[in-house]
Amino acid sequence: MSRTPLDTVEHAAETPDVELPWAELGLKKDEYERVVEILGRRPTGAELAMYSVMWSEHCSYKSSKVHLRQFGEKAPQSDALLVGIGENAGVVDVGQGYAVTFKVESHNHPSYVEPYQGAATGVGGIVRDIIAMGARPVAVVDPLRFGAADHPDTKRVLPGVVAGIGGYGNCLGLPNIGGEVVFDACYQGNPLVNAGAIGVMRHEDIHLAKASGAGNKVILYGARTGGDGIGGASILASETFDDAKPSKRPAVQVGDPFQEKLLIECTLEAFAEKLVVGIQDLGAAGLSCATSELASNGSGGMTVTLDDVPLRDSTLSPEEILMSESQERMCAVVEPSKVDRFLEICEKWDVIATVIGEVTDGDRLEIFWHGGKIVDVDPRTVAHDGPVYERPYARPSWQDALQADDANKLARPGTSEELKSQVLALVSSPNQASKKWITSQYDHFVQGNTVLAQPEDSGMIRIDEETGLGVAIATDGNGRYAKLDPYAGAQLALSEAYRNVATTGAKPLAVSDCLNFGSPEDPAVMWQFAEAIRGLADACQQLGTPVTGGNVSLYNQTGDVAIHPTPVVAVLGVIDDVARRTPVAFQEEGQLLYLLGDTREEFGGSAWSQVVHDHLGGLPPKVDLERERLLAEILISASRDGMIDSAHDLSDGGLIQAVVESALLGEKGARLIVPDGLDAFTFLFSESAGRAVVAVPRSEELRFNDMCGARGLPVTRIGVVDGDSVDVQGEFALSLAELREAHEGTIPALLA
Amino acid sequence: MTARIGVVTFPGSLDDRDTQRAIRLAGAEPVALWHKDKNLHQVDAVVLPGGFSYGDYLRAGAISRFSPVMETVIEQAKSGLPVLGICNGFQILTEAHLLPGAMLGNNHLHFICRDQKLRVENADTSWTGDYTAGQEIHIPLKNMDGRYVADEHTLDELEAEGRVVFRYLDVNPNGSLRDIAGITNAAGNVVGLMPHPEHAVEPLIGSGRTDGLPFFTSILKKLVNA
Amino acid sequence: MARVVVDVMLKPEILDPQGQAVQRALPRLGFEGISDVRQGKRFELEVDGPVDEAALARIHDLAESFLANTVIEDFTVKVEEVAEAAK
Repeated sequence: MSRTPLDTVEHAAETPDVELPWAELGLKKDEYERVVEILGRRPTGAELAMYSVMWSEHCSYKSSKVHLRQFGEKAPQSDALLVGIGENAGVVDVGQGYAVTFKVESHNHPSYVEPYQGAATGVGGIVRDIIAMGARPVAVVDPLRFGAADHPDTKRVLPGVVAGIGGYGNCLGLPNIGGEVVFDACYQGNPLVNAGAIGVMRHEDIHLAKASGAGNKVILYGARTGGDGIGGASILASETFDDAKPSKRPAVQVGDPFQEKLLIECTLEAFAEKLVVGIQDLGAAGLSCATSELASNGSGGMTVTLDDVPLRDSTLSPEEILMSESQERMCAVVEPSKVDRFLEICEKWDVIATVIGEVTDGDRLEIFWHGGKIVDVDPRTVAHDGPVYERPYARPSWQDALQADDANKLARPGTSEELKSQVLALVSSPNQASKKWITSQYDHFVQGNTVLAQPEDSGMIRIDEETGLGVAIATDGNGRYAKLDPYAGAQLALSEAYRNVATTGAKPLAVSDCLNFGSPEDPAVMWQFAEAIRGLADACQQLGTPVTGGNVSLYNQTGDVAIHPTPVVAVLGVIDDVARRTPVAFQEEGQLLYLLGDTREEFGGSAWSQVVHDHLGGLPPKVDLERERLLAEILISASRDGMIDSAHDLSDGGLIQAVVESALLGEKGARLIVPDGLDAFTFLFSESAGRAVVAVPRSEELRFNDMCGARGLPVTRIGVVDGDSVDVQGEFALSLAELREAHEGTIPALLA
Repeated sequence: MTARIGVVTFPGSLDDRDTQRAIRLAGAEPVALWHKDKNLHQVDAVVLPGGFSYGDYLRAGAISRFSPVMETVIEQAKSGLPVLGICNGFQILTEAHLLPGAMLGNNHLHFICRDQKLRVENADTSWTGDYTAGQEIHIPLKNMDGRYVADEHTLDELEAEGRVVFRYLDVNPNGSLRDIAGITNAAGNVVGLMPHPEHAVEPLIGSGRTDGLPFFTSILKKLVNA
Repeated sequence: MARVVVDVMLKPEILDPQGQAVQRALPRLGFEGISDVRQGKRFELEVDGPVDEAALARIHDLAESFLANTVIEDFTVKVEEVAEAAK
């Protein structure tokens, strides 16, 4: 793209008729005209690079913005929220002077192209978001979705993604404590690789991405800039893959976790010495994003000398330097008197750091190259005033037929023998099977604060060694439910994550989301998206858990076939003393098993309907947010007062899935009695929401029942922890050995 | 009276602070040592912690082995300074030839994180006095390059001299020869192992067991009684 | 400027799971007749000044003490001609 002479601002003004490749850079005609209107002249090549990348779907949220506003408009009053939507990540007060930041992001398309590096750099990016808030990262989680488990390409994508997440996260020293792995043919060609991270800081250490104070220096530090992922943000994330145009596929970014580890330590040391005024990580859109966001969020303007950016490839043009997505880089704004000390800390950690610019008292972002001014823009027009689209949306014509195809009418098992074989089929199906083969490739011990990790209902990390204060995080999503009803599906994802946090004894506080959908240019997809956001925003308002930030990933589709709408919801909770946490595993024989909540005949979108009938139709389980809140209160009180020794939420797979998991983890069986008023099939397989199974020591039975009774939560005694089999009385018994083989053998057999 | 136990931080060390915590829980005083600083700051013993120092680039431990602090550690280890290498620390000790053999990538080519059963084979080293020989313990294991190899002659010598300190039980998680999880030098002051005792020191955290604490109480007793 | 190449290979008796994994994949990809694969490392050292005996001796020492771990690996050192106009 380099031209002679240098395409400076002056040159652009003198040559209004020069044609620029705006279409190739992903801009629409009216978007390009808007740029010309803003500038009052044609943009320079460098300016065009910045606008095109910052106005891409990925960076500007141009299709989703009008809907995302609901998260702010419907945000519940919450004293816990310290920093809300709009910053690198939200920040929540968890008490005792601690603040926690967390966020989930997608790295879907890159992970399909190059599974290892795509997933690895996804972890790298989310962790830099956390550092940029001033926090020490303490854990990561990874909700993953792949095509059919037995599809040959899954065997290419999944092991690469898992190795990439492990390779990067393990090397950073971050325990991987949660997430999900889901298989569904709808994700073939569009795997969802979402990555979440949590960080902890003291309240006073919160940092924001803004450049204030004229004369302050802009320091670029971390890796050298190379040709990685140039145009990735605008091209890779905005368009579906088109085999006819392979040249559009940009270079894959390659991650260096060792460099990132040094970046973490060096940044935290600079924070500790209060050397940093503002900070921004370099992710999508690289320097274009970092400089325009820092400048537009601050009080003044900024000048940058691009010649000072350390390069890995000396042939890069200024446009390419601005667009490069080389990983492991950050940008800090530092007062002049503190620059030397900042550089010293970078040197201590062998991190390259260079002053590349300065905050000015003007309001322009000016970028220089070889002495010429190649960018002169109002940074707000780049970072914040991108196009906003009111994309048309319409309920798809097939939605009624899908909902009318009632799963409750599917053939049910007629005999005990059939019931038993369907239980075995369920717990050994790829979605319900143990994911140990995957999670054992992640370090969950490092940092020495992991209280709970997968397959527990939520991951839990101690954040204060003296008081035992801890945080919990759960991520959930169910594309099948959302396909049947996106409004309810999003609410069910929130309900499940909320319930999972409470099941471990923590109080749910706040939400982050990763919204994975097909093309916004398809009105049916746009309707799913709008409905899901409306559902999630309404539910967050009712549960009192604000959305603190998140990420939207669109264009997850092949041809005109979109993935199931897949909102993935992360809920963060707090627990005063991690010693009170409740694990999934059965702890002691003789303890009584209670089912909390109401069980109805709800099989739409269920694991049973998928495993036994390969069916998706009907309506998802009914949402009852007040019930979720009550259940959570009971679970938290019971944990705090020592009334329960284990608990497991009921979700996909229903009660039998939960009991089998608790039994296998605790190496103790269970005897179950089908309660009055329920048939064995509904008892075992229903996926009614708002339920959990708890194990109550006999000494606590009375107190626990009294508490549930007083607060009006339905509670049913369903059995006892006992023996070495799961025995559904009057129906069948399955030995733990048999269950273990079925549950733990599936994934290694498919992937190892 | 307590003992000062140094924990070296290399670029890319991950379990340095966890190791300091384990030392503190055992009742000793942890002292942070920096890889660029040759001075051991009057410590009585040194732990080389786990992690991916220098990203495990070149070979695990190969670059750290040439850091300034290691010059002093190598020199003093030869005259009796107790040194424990955990995981990446073990890799550094073999690269530095303080312990024989070498570490290679796991035979299954995956990172592996699991609560690993071990047998204590030698309870006479500086770091294992609080165990009894033959004791079976569980210690978390997490590594990419955990396959211990050495030539037959070296392996026979280690066995004959009782210098295999820990052996994997039930499952050999990485293809280590003769199920070797940890070894010592002839004097018993330098011990290296792949599993992470510092992640098994608190009942609530990590594996939920405290089988790793005796490493740190062993050295403390040895130093205080010396 | 001259280039010296150091090739590092695992010793023949050391198990090489990466090489084996590559070999196992070959029939699947339609490559027949390859009985063994071993994976190694190649280092390209750009040397300032002449590559004389002394320089090669120093590089040999470097390879022996640092680039290779001679407990498990063998290495070779060779000089490579760099075409001047190769850019």
